Amino acid sequence: MRRRRLLAGGAVLVVLTALVLAALFALVTTGIEGRGGTAGYIAGVTLFTLLQASLSAVLSVGLAVPVALALASRPAFPGRRLLLRLFAVPMALPVLVGVIGILSVYGQAGVLNRLAEWSGAGALPPIYGLAGILIAHVFYNLPLATLLLLARLEATAPETWRIAASLGLGPRNVFRFIDWPQLREALPRVLGLVFMLAVASFTIVLTLGGGPGATTLEVAIYQALRFDFDPGLAARLAMLQIAISGAVVLIVGGSGQALGVEPALGRGSLRPPSKSSWSLFAIGLAALFVLGPLLAVLIGGLTPALGKVLSEPLFYRALLTSLVIAAFSSLLAVAAAYGLALARAAHPSRALETAALIGLVVPPVVIAAGWFLIAHRLGVAQPVTPLLVVLLNAMMAIPYAASVLLPAVHATAERYDRLSASLGLSGMVRFWRIDLPLLARPMGLALGLAALVSLGDLGIIAIFGGEGLTTLPLLLYQRLGSYRTEDAAALALLLMGLSLALTWLLPRRNREEGAR
Amino acid sequence: MLRFALTAVIALLVLQPARAAESLTVLTYESFTAEWGPGPAIEKAFEAQCGCDLKWVAVGDGVAILNRLKLEGDSASADIALGLDNNLIAEARATGLFTSHSQKLDGLKLPLAWTDDTFLPYDYAHFAVVYDTQKLETPPKSLDELVRGDPEYKIIIEDPRTSTPGLGLLIWIKAVYGDKAGEAWKTFKHRVLTVTPGWSEAYALFTKGEAPMVLSYTTSPAYHEIAEKSTRYQAIAFPEGHPIQVEVAAKLAKAKSPALADKFLAFMLTTGFQDQIPTGNWMLPAAPTSTPLPAEFDKLVKPVKTLDISPDEVATNRRAWTDEWLAAMGR
Amino acid sequence: MTKSIVMSSVRFRYEDMDMRFDLKVEAGAFLAVIGPSGAGKSTLLNLIAGFEDPLAGTISLMGNDMTGAAPAERPVTTVFQEHNLFPHLDVWSNVALGKSTDLKLDAAGEAQVRTALARVGLTGFERRKPKELSGGERQRVALARALVRDQPILLLDEPFAALGPALRREMLALVQELWRERGLTIVLVSHDPGDARQAATDVAFLHAGRILRHGPMARVLDATDLPELVAYLGRPE
Repeated sequence: MRRRRLLAGGAVLVVLTALVLAALFALVTTGIEGRGGTAGYIAGVTLFTLLQASLSAVLSVGLAVPVALALASRPAFPGRRLLLRLFAVPMALPVLVGVIGILSVYGQAGVLNRLAEWSGAGALPPIYGLAGILIAHVFYNLPLATLLLLARLEATAPETWRIAASLGLGPRNVFRFIDWPQLREALPRVLGLVFMLAVASFTIVLTLGGGPGATTLEVAIYQALRFDFDPGLAARLAMLQIAISGAVVLIVGGSGQALGVEPALGRGSLRPPSKSSWSLFAIGLAALFVLGPLLAVLIGGLTPALGKVLSEPLFYRALLTSLVIAAFSSLLAVAAAYGLALARAAHPSRALETAALIGLVVPPVVIAAGWFLIAHRLGVAQPVTPLLVVLLNAMMAIPYAASVLLPAVHATAERYDRLSASLGLSGMVRFWRIDLPLLARPMGLALGLAALVSLGDLGIIAIFGGEGLTTLPLLLYQRLGSYRTEDAAALALLLMGLSLALTWLLPRRNREEGAR
Repeated sequence: MLRFALTAVIALLVLQPARAAESLTVLTYESFTAEWGPGPAIEKAFEAQCGCDLKWVAVGDGVAILNRLKLEGDSASADIALGLDNNLIAEARATGLFTSHSQKLDGLKLPLAWTDDTFLPYDYAHFAVVYDTQKLETPPKSLDELVRGDPEYKIIIEDPRTSTPGLGLLIWIKAVYGDKAGEAWKTFKHRVLTVTPGWSEAYALFTKGEAPMVLSYTTSPAYHEIAEKSTRYQAIAFPEGHPIQVEVAAKLAKAKSPALADKFLAFMLTTGFQDQIPTGNWMLPAAPTSTPLPAEFDKLVKPVKTLDISPDEVATNRRAWTDEWLAAMGR
Repeated sequence: MTKSIVMSSVRFRYEDMDMRFDLKVEAGAFLAVIGPSGAGKSTLLNLIAGFEDPLAGTISLMGNDMTGAAPAERPVTTVFQEHNLFPHLDVWSNVALGKSTDLKLDAAGEAQVRTALARVGLTGFERRKPKELSGGERQRVALARALVRDQPILLLDEPFAALGPALRREMLALVQELWRERGLTIVLVSHDPGDARQAATDVAFLHAGRILRHGPMARVLDATDLPELVAYLGRPE
């Protein structure tokens, strides 16, 4: 059984590595001579990448800690579930949509500036620059970090709360002895995750950066791939980015045994509800920060163009394409993450955990370009394009699926491996009869997260799209590219609605599953 | 499991468009083939004339067209590439993927002389600064006024490392300021709100009200006036002259239907194609149309001078100019 | 008499502890394994059940060499302290799993499940989920499944440790009855010598990965010549 699990994980590992290496190899061996980038330029770009990614990670996660604590200490207030669902929405928002939402609040013509002018305080300084980049990165990553940390906090065993109650632990000591140890386990990984997401940031950095002083490696990669058309340089820069992110994975991996979110398997929290006002304040502030731009997207989309878009067959075709791609790539991502999780439960390997993060470490645009090249060299571009889009989307979504499945599979393996083995339950029988029902909740969560990620993809589809394969984000961008701002706003609203609907399919939290 | 995989493959194949036997394939950019773009009407008109099947393959933009051709190399399936522009010509020619168009050029109506025998123009527009009349009462009257003007009033520009308009502005400043371009950028920098990766981002931010000015095209106001009945956004004519974007098409040397490709290139300069350009592509036609352009187009800014910089000069100096720009803008 | 369990020169390593086991269990014996925590009691059981493979040595069960065989292939059923039941399956399915892993039972199989549930006093509980059962009831379900599996060796890994004294005695009595009815060989790991005194025929005392003494119940429990054993038992009962 152990060997079979290691084989499953090993197979996923081999496929992922092959996907990356083949793409890089294809790019390096194009034989197309590029103009290259100067070492000084690349060094400067790398430094800025590290700076903004570190700041983004520290800020997003640092702010997510009080918000997650506040949400954990208030397990039932009206709208809590809706708020958590809305927190998952930014994941599926194409970056430009988020940027425009953010600018509606913080921009030159944004709500804040209008308020400031109306109150006589005068115009606020423009956010363009590092501030703008950080605001946008926090907007995208604070909700994600909050959800991950909250899941961790809610995994505290009921026994712990009984002990806390019997000892009469005050809030300060609850934090010190219960919450902090949980957070400390999860923090390095969540920090690493946000850091990597920020390293790969591109549109936000350029659009809100205010000038070429704000340039990340991803921008340089895009430039190399597009304007300079130097695939070899793109591949080398990608390797540099992989090295940086890889180093972070190793440091993070080395800083704790923690496997991320431990979903509570059949346990309800017995945490005493908090009555302090700081938690309301923290929740309110975070809600305002995240919901403001989302509300702006909502209001911006409510124009006559909405009805027009809804009456176009093109919209429904893109919707179907988006849904089919998201469905298949999320299934694939969950299957791969499950394979990795099985192997990880059988053997505590660093390689497996690193593999789980590969989609974050490797710039999808580069892999997509490499595979585009391979497909064309082999002369099979036409039939395999949709398959590649699905495959690469899945690769991008694996980290999210794995962050949920790794600890969950580990927990069920510890509990039921011996029993299953003694009953002779193995292979597909065990999967369908035991693991799938037991892991229904984390599987559903992983599926939902993966689907949200691929729903919002623009990088991969932009490389492969064009031959009839148009997703909603691509359609949105096309409208934006031909003056149809209102259509684009309507599409942004619809995409937001779709991802919110998707979060409704996510499993509910902590249904008591009983039986020990 | 196998059944599931099979279903998956079938479902994915359903997403594939069907491919007919006899056809002409044109590689172009997405807004050209969009429902509201000129593509559908042009397809209908050409198919009626040639009795063939015209197929569009659309990618993001002109740069993406060239990159896709480079990636595909000899395996390219297109007969014609439509949507490259004058600044990409040198690079496109260097690939050796194109062959001459054998069309007469005397029917062209361009503000500059055109003699290229490979790349055939179909439309054009000048780069221009577009401003918001509700936010800016006295727009700059020249490029120099723009560069040296009040930093309180900002402009959104595009990045020359990632976009064509960005490259256009780079050329513009270079053409007007020459050796002093670096200093001009250092001054201009203070008026720049932000530098976006492409036109879409810049224009979206501009219409959102983030800045009163944006780098766009002379034809932009026509869209707002015709489609939105709004005269709020206007372009400004600069006496120093404007760089031009000429969009071109070319026949691939390895075209599978070379005869059809020639037919299409000839058709491109007739009214069946050109009539669709003004309100379809929001550019100016490169050859006569059957009816006069809509009145709104008459109101557009007509640059007194077209800054004609040869594609070869752009190709040779792009790197140096970009580095100069980077240094001046603070990298 | 035949031996149902024979462990010869079995070696195993768990973290820093080196374990060596030589053990022969008579067919039909009720062996209680006692010893301080960390002595290797559960490891001994895991080795017999096949959850762990020995570094060296052989394990034969019912006269066949079973070293390296998969758990389900061994003539053994195990009842654990907890997690004996799948929480998403009802009582009937949890028991029926012992007969068929794809839950396809013929009439005879169904009758067996019914009989087993009746034997442990759970008739009428078939459709309940584990969370609707008390701790004792859950362990009865596990015992019913052991009956359905119908293997000659039953391994009990502190199955009643979480139950109260009265319930614990009652469950142990039930196990004793099943042992007699079926002629089982039972190995019971327990930290309570009282369990051993109530039900076992033989006792093995483990200390630091070694079986220091193995013999008839009273002779081991009343021994005074083994300092580790005396220290473990405290005062004579």
